[in-house]
Amino acid sequence: MSAFDVQTRTLISRTQLNRPVVRRIYWVVLVLAILLFAVVFLFPLFWVASSGLKSASEVLQSPPTLIPHHVNFSNYSTAWSDFNLGQFIFNTAYYAVGAVLLQLIFDVAAAYALSKLRPVLGNVVLALMLATLMIPATVLVIPNYLTAIDVPVLHWSLINSPLAIWLPSVANGFNIFLLKRFFDSIPEELMAAAAIDGAGPLRALWSIVLPMSRPILGVVSIFATVAVWKDVLWPLLVLTDPTKLTVNTGLLNLTGDGIPENILMASLAIASVPTIVFFLIFQRSIMSGLTAGSVKG
Amino acid sequence: MTTAINVSRARARGLPGAGGPRPAPSRRRPALGRRVGRSVTGYAFLAGAILCFALFSWYPMIHEILLSFQHLNLVGQSEGWGGWRNYERMLNDPNFWTSVHVTLVFTGLALIFGYAVPFVIAVALNEFRHAKSYFRLLVYLPVMLPPVAGAFLWKNWFYAPDNTGLFNSVLHDLHLPISTWLQSPNNTFVILCMVIFSTWSNMGSGVLIYIAALQGIPGELYEAAELDGAGILKRVWHVTVPQTRLILSLMLLLQIVATMQTFTESLVLTGGANGTGTLVYLVYQDATNFNNFGGSAAIGTVLLLFLGLFSGAYLWLNRRGEE
Repeated sequence: MSAFDVQTRTLISRTQLNRPVVRRIYWVVLVLAILLFAVVFLFPLFWVASSGLKSASEVLQSPPTLIPHHVNFSNYSTAWSDFNLGQFIFNTAYYAVGAVLLQLIFDVAAAYALSKLRPVLGNVVLALMLATLMIPATVLVIPNYLTAIDVPVLHWSLINSPLAIWLPSVANGFNIFLLKRFFDSIPEELMAAAAIDGAGPLRALWSIVLPMSRPILGVVSIFATVAVWKDVLWPLLVLTDPTKLTVNTGLLNLTGDGIPENILMASLAIASVPTIVFFLIFQRSIMSGLTAGSVKG
Repeated sequence: MTTAINVSRARARGLPGAGGPRPAPSRRRPALGRRVGRSVTGYAFLAGAILCFALFSWYPMIHEILLSFQHLNLVGQSEGWGGWRNYERMLNDPNFWTSVHVTLVFTGLALIFGYAVPFVIAVALNEFRHAKSYFRLLVYLPVMLPPVAGAFLWKNWFYAPDNTGLFNSVLHDLHLPISTWLQSPNNTFVILCMVIFSTWSNMGSGVLIYIAALQGIPGELYEAAELDGAGILKRVWHVTVPQTRLILSLMLLLQIVATMQTFTESLVLTGGANGTGTLVYLVYQDATNFNNFGGSAAIGTVLLLFLGLFSGAYLWLNRRGEE
């Protein structure tokens, strides 16, 4: 029962748990909880994958079958080739990579300036950036959409351009907050030592600040990636060209055609693969990033 | 962080007692020159971010309020000031009141389900000494699904109105009457179905944040409560809840701000049919289908002020918690 001993004290004490009756109840409840979680969170994913393998008639059968009688891998290839899923996944990955890069470049530079260079009125700029945390991007979609149609002064249109996703993603007060707080913790002496050695601000950022900031850069990159994969409303407004759609807006488009249920399920399965794989690879950083950067879901 | 800035300013002015590596008050000129240089470099580093913030955060906040007082044509261009016209039309629009109703019912039901359920689950999971990562991984899986994929899964399978749906097959096997779920004429029931989907897909973050908070509770408190003869429920009420009060109130505000912006649920699950469109869904409809940009901007402004208030309270509380 070593597992019982390592744990710090919670609601139920170790002594209580070590009583034979309580221990038996504990194992029963644990197994039930494991099964319940599998049914609620894992089974739906299994269902999508399995329905995507069924024939058009079997998928509508009642009662539903758990495992397909005839395995039709062709549904997956049909979904992939006829509905441009590869294109949507590629597009979304492209938007995500660009958003990560631009946020890393501009938000890191800004947070570095605010933390270490401290220009005149820097605190005003910081306050204005943090104030945007109070306004969720969703309520600004209309003016932002009008901006994207016709960018003030420059009179560009960002519609159907990846910049429509990338530029607004840089305006992220939470990134500035996280990065600046991290940079603030880098000792001033290190910066002074770099300056004495003749390193300019860019060199100091590159050789001292960035190597120390890997964890926070990871958190920012993951947040940026997930945000692009999860956004629906904004890409729906600004990316209207069928070849420029994201996974989410692409799926919305494809279900308008009244496609067969089994092909739809195969499409949902394919569309979910990239984020699930991403999650399985980065689960540790994703889950610790959730709580590390104060509380922001 | 304000103190750091103040110290640097005091240092630059050569004030005594502010410390710093260059205390000599006679070298004012180089200090000033260096400061100007620093500012120029500083703003060069800031330029990209400032531009993006200006275009997509600062300007749109003002722009939205201005737009709501203008006549806007079919493509959203201004045709002069219109006073309170957009607001009058908004208040006389039955769609607006329907979506206010939907949004408030959604937020209310989400407070019961989406807010309470993750906390209860987190408290329960925190008692398990085994399979910890299994639970955490699984509860967070739906969060990582593309939202439209998750919503289609629920619409076409869980909530399928005929016998092929999961819920209906279960009801059928239990010889209970089946339901039409999202197509039900009972508006509140449909919103409840939307909230249940929303809870399934979003609760992972809440559960993980609560578990982290629960692990910070000192074991001695439970020890003491137990010595005082408190049962499990009393221990939850007198130790767990007070110890996580700050995080609970933060999550409450965060949850309200998030659910007030519900959009995907309306778009995918019901298409806003039978009076199930939320406020943000109406903003989207007004702008794209009805070409009523003025109306969109008016609703947007109302949401902006309302959510700004809530998020402001959230940030204030968060900051107090950090001190």
